[in-house]
Amino acid sequence: MTQLEVTAQPPGTGAPLLEARGLTKHFPVHGSVPRIGGGSGPGSRRALWGARRLARGGAAADGAAPKVVHAVEDVSLALAEARVTAVVGESGSGKSTLARLMARLLKPTSGTLLVDGHPVPPASRGGRAYARLVQLVLQDPFSSLNPVHDVRYHLARPLRVHGLLKPGADLDDTMTGLLERVSLTPADQFLAKYPHELSGGQRQRVAIARALAVQPRVLLADEPVSMLDVSIRLGLLNLLGDLRDRERLAILYITHDIASARYLADTIVVMYAGHVVESGPAEIVTDQPSHPYTQLLLSAAPDPDRATPPDLNGRGSPPSLVTPPPGCRFHPRCPHAMAICAERLPPAFEVADGHQSACWLHASDSGLARPGHADPARNGLVADHGQEGDALTDP
Amino acid sequence: MNAPLLSGARAGEPLLEVSGLCVDYGAGPGTVHAVLEADLVLHRGEVLGLAGESGSGKSTLAYAITRLLRAPGMITGGSVGYHQEPGRVVDLLAADEGVLRVLRWSQISVVLQSAMNALNPVFTIGSQLTDVLRAHRPGMGKAERRARAAELLAMVGITADRLDSHPHELSGGMRQRVMIAMALALEPQVVIMDEPTTALDVVTQREILEELMELRERLSFAVIFITHDLSLLIEIADSIAVMYAGRLVERAAATALFRAPRHPYTLGLLSSFPALHGPRKQLTGIPGSPPDLRQLPAGCVFHPRCPYVMDRCLTERPPLLQLGVNGEWSGPGRWVGAGADRAAACWLQDGSVAAPPELARPAPGVKQPAGLVTSAEPAEPVVPSAPATRSQP
Repeated sequence: MTQLEVTAQPPGTGAPLLEARGLTKHFPVHGSVPRIGGGSGPGSRRALWGARRLARGGAAADGAAPKVVHAVEDVSLALAEARVTAVVGESGSGKSTLARLMARLLKPTSGTLLVDGHPVPPASRGGRAYARLVQLVLQDPFSSLNPVHDVRYHLARPLRVHGLLKPGADLDDTMTGLLERVSLTPADQFLAKYPHELSGGQRQRVAIARALAVQPRVLLADEPVSMLDVSIRLGLLNLLGDLRDRERLAILYITHDIASARYLADTIVVMYAGHVVESGPAEIVTDQPSHPYTQLLLSAAPDPDRATPPDLNGRGSPPSLVTPPPGCRFHPRCPHAMAICAERLPPAFEVADGHQSACWLHASDSGLARPGHADPARNGLVADHGQEGDALTDP
Repeated sequence: MNAPLLSGARAGEPLLEVSGLCVDYGAGPGTVHAVLEADLVLHRGEVLGLAGESGSGKSTLAYAITRLLRAPGMITGGSVGYHQEPGRVVDLLAADEGVLRVLRWSQISVVLQSAMNALNPVFTIGSQLTDVLRAHRPGMGKAERRARAAELLAMVGITADRLDSHPHELSGGMRQRVMIAMALALEPQVVIMDEPTTALDVVTQREILEELMELRERLSFAVIFITHDLSLLIEIADSIAVMYAGRLVERAAATALFRAPRHPYTLGLLSSFPALHGPRKQLTGIPGSPPDLRQLPAGCVFHPRCPYVMDRCLTERPPLLQLGVNGEWSGPGRWVGAGADRAAACWLQDGSVAAPPELARPAPGVKQPAGLVTSAEPAEPVVPSAPATRSQP
């Protein structure tokens, strides 16, 4: 089977700073752990051993693999310096698992992480060195800060743990500097505050300042604005944009909101049911979506400019990740599904420079036309982007 | 989606009239005025959007209207007139429990925030659906009730075999659909939906909204749709009221609000949603954060965040000014009629100073009485970079 090779990297940038190659994560299903008195099947003792072996990365002994959740499947992506890469997907698409894998909070079932082209050693070693390089900002600033500690504690902790306090340097100066970098001013007043005294946006800024304390080169932000009020989201997104431009951070922006990804990111990676289905430059992916799922996502997104209610092509819900459909995971919902879609997983086809789509419609030798977008206003864009016209011939 | 759906009945006939509604949390010096002097009219068959951030009082307002507010919440003033039939108005705030019991659900129903928690996990969907029928339709037999429950589920696209499922066996989207089916069980005139799709993925959200709009067309109920997502509201609502820190700051037809906002907060909110197409532009959002309701700023509550702040805003609280059909100051007055209702609580709009151009765009010609349209050409879109794709009927 063809490997899904997605190097989501904008053309013209340097070597990727942090790269994920073929990351796969399977979680054991609790239901496959035996019940008392079970005979054969998933409830048997063998299944228990199988599940244990799986947790250690081995294969099941009795042929039938124990049940697992296929959360992330063979995902490759590269984060480049001074670039924001957005991963867009619905709940259950594996986007947060991907962030946790890249932060090494989870051990991948298979696949590797590379920093500056060098493989990262197994998770048991070099954790602190890796954390100095790659920092994660979580979704909920109401639970990611410790309510019994003040801002000073939250910022001093990473500095101490990583031994970053230079002799003679003033701790408070370092910390106020951090708060100023995330535009929390007057910084000296914020140091003594507790999380409950801060608004959601301010807390998220503290969480970002804490991540910046170790001077990382990569920032992984898992839905950093989704818990915040609408009027302050833009401020946080602009802050991430500033960090990219001023401090040349490589940023992974995980979101379910494709409009905000278009706003902030240089590159958009769209995930569906654990797979990367499309990736490319942010504006190209949103203006000329080439995967039917991306088109569905865009047609469902709120858009005050829409003249008529959108046409949803591909209703339904994501598949079970315990027993995912064979071939393309989107094919049961796909309006353009063909016979091959149910049989073989589509590799990432290059539809334009740096724009890839894991869809059989883009196989150059398939002789099939490209799917047109549901929105007639955008059909023209799709047509001049692809060479084969936009009228879809149903197989 | 904004086209009026009810031809005859919608001609400005009010269904629910809220005036001067005040809700406090607590009493004494620490009182929080969660809703202050809210004026709203919901017309028959209309979708009225209530937009605001967390803490703006939008849910409190809805619960006050339905008298579902719990202590320490207290209604301290105003009236809510429900037009049960032409010429028969019930003041819901003065009504006793007996009257409310008859009106609730059969006339006014509520779809609560987070369907995950609103359904009882230990009862089947069927028993929860038939429960309301048993209470309100004593004449109905058991088989009839079950048939009606199946019919209700079918209405929202769920097969009847789900009647015997428990809530945990349904997906989030299906649970939300069950909640909507339940709210429609007695064919109410008003359905209040509190963030009904916030926890759902965009595709599911869109599917549910489509169903809701179809049902509204068929059953002709009016909806008060509460959400923080103004961009969604502009698509689905007929008119929109924007709340900030417990105050209604602007009220307008959805298109007019989008194309020609009159309050700086609305303008800021609109430019907080990045566009899905067009060239990418730097957006600023709104500086600062929403105020603490216990320590509200003096004067206009929005003034610390307002880019157009004037001296007057620091001390004097602007009332909700009734504006003309084109969004201009037309002197003090009350409702002119459906579609023409336009109001903003901002000193820039009382005619004493010239409003900045972005707060004085001509209102689009839609949804206004034909003779009163002063500007024929479509207004500039407010959200940057939006191409003029919206058709102007």
